[in-house]
Amino acid sequence: MAEEEDAGALKKTVLNELHLELGAKMVPFAGYEMPVQYPLGVLKEHLHCRASAGLFDVSHMGQVILRGPDVSAALETLVPVDVCGLPDGRQRYGFFTNEAGGIEDDLMIANRGDHLFVVVNAACKHADVARMRAALEPKGITVKLLENRALLALQGTAAEDVLAQHCPAVRDMRFMDVATLPIAGAECWVSRSGYTGEDGFEISVPNAAAMDLARALLGEEAVEPIGLGARDSLRLEGGLCLYGHDIDAQTTPIAAGLNWAIQKVRRTDGARAGGFPGSDTILAELAEPPAMKRVGLRPEGRAPMREGTEIFDLPEGGAAIGRITSGGFGPSVGGPVAMGYVPRNLSENGTALWGEVRGKRMPVTVAALPFVAAGFKR
Amino acid sequence: MKYTEEHEWLDVAGDVVTVGITAHAAEQLGDVVFVELPEEGTEVAKDDEVVVIESVKAASDILAPLDGEIVEVNAALTDEPSKVNEDPEGEAWFFKIKVSDFSPMDDYMDDAAYKDFIGD
Repeated sequence: MAEEEDAGALKKTVLNELHLELGAKMVPFAGYEMPVQYPLGVLKEHLHCRASAGLFDVSHMGQVILRGPDVSAALETLVPVDVCGLPDGRQRYGFFTNEAGGIEDDLMIANRGDHLFVVVNAACKHADVARMRAALEPKGITVKLLENRALLALQGTAAEDVLAQHCPAVRDMRFMDVATLPIAGAECWVSRSGYTGEDGFEISVPNAAAMDLARALLGEEAVEPIGLGARDSLRLEGGLCLYGHDIDAQTTPIAAGLNWAIQKVRRTDGARAGGFPGSDTILAELAEPPAMKRVGLRPEGRAPMREGTEIFDLPEGGAAIGRITSGGFGPSVGGPVAMGYVPRNLSENGTALWGEVRGKRMPVTVAALPFVAAGFKR
Repeated sequence: MKYTEEHEWLDVAGDVVTVGITAHAAEQLGDVVFVELPEEGTEVAKDDEVVVIESVKAASDILAPLDGEIVEVNAALTDEPSKVNEDPEGEAWFFKIKVSDFSPMDDYMDDAAYKDFIGD
């Protein structure tokens, strides 16, 4: 495989041994050796997660603690998100922007009382930490990338019942709540959230307790381990963006359709309008949307349209009008699904377009996201 | 049975060769979700791309192992691509080719050589 890096240089999560024991196929991902699939295979792992529960090792992601005076206001200088208004015990989705209004990374921001806890993408974590240090340390904020905690995600319709066996209090949590809870004898930082479109939890656990917790959860009948392959098809069906693919430094949040993540208070005429990188561009785009828009796309037939597939508004001739940024087979949909960017005037659901696969233009229809109804417990 | 370095198996019966992919290849591909077959009657040359397979991971091709004419395709795979994972060396053959030049056959591996090739 062309993308493989030098295996010797790869980092391992604290659950590496468990993945190998479970028969995982390991691949390099964002500098880590990670499980792409287990013996069950991508398709069955995906279906199992939606129907029951799946356990993901996402310890490669960056867990960062921000602490200091007016930390929420300080973080607001980097993200177009209402952080000051985020209540204690709640979490919110956000993104770091650049001066051009593009997205540098997306992240989760949790208010854990006397500090903020943010989770960032593995591939961007060192850049994110550098960005936060540069902007926040002068304001007296400490930025600490945690190396002593693992991160597990338990996702799926049975996730609550499974986790409640070990910690009944999780039943009281709603979507995007965060809490400190004892699970399997360890102090866990739990959020009711995930990256599958299903109900579920993300659990930050001390490294020393991570193996026991993972084994305890996998010991439940309902739980199967899920690799990166199914993680990708689950999030794609869930209409969730993958950084570096559906969103990147050249894509604005408005083109990406992430307007909902920019609360009113940070918009023009809001009490704390602007004040983040690229705010001029982003606020202007909220008033007058950019030419391109991220949409869901359903290819006709069975052939998947993958990332990079060019989109046309004619069955033959003419130039490409758009491009697929994530695409593959949706096991729960039972057919190919994709996301991509098309001109705003061709972005209405039901619009008939064509994607060029192996030199042939195949019909594809603009479709509502998510492809599979979200199972969040709001 | 003969094997190619592209992980195809070739079952020879007279001048007709049945072509499929090995269990090793099917496992490497992962769950197959789409198969595009050639039309029966197509004349093909060795190394022409004749079949497209899409798995949950990626697209790949099956190359014609020999010159000849496609005389039969396994249309059942179009509706049930998962058969490729279930029975790659049996029910899930892809096409039959009426061979016009058998000479490349000498370069293909036998069972033992293929096992060696995949490090089994």
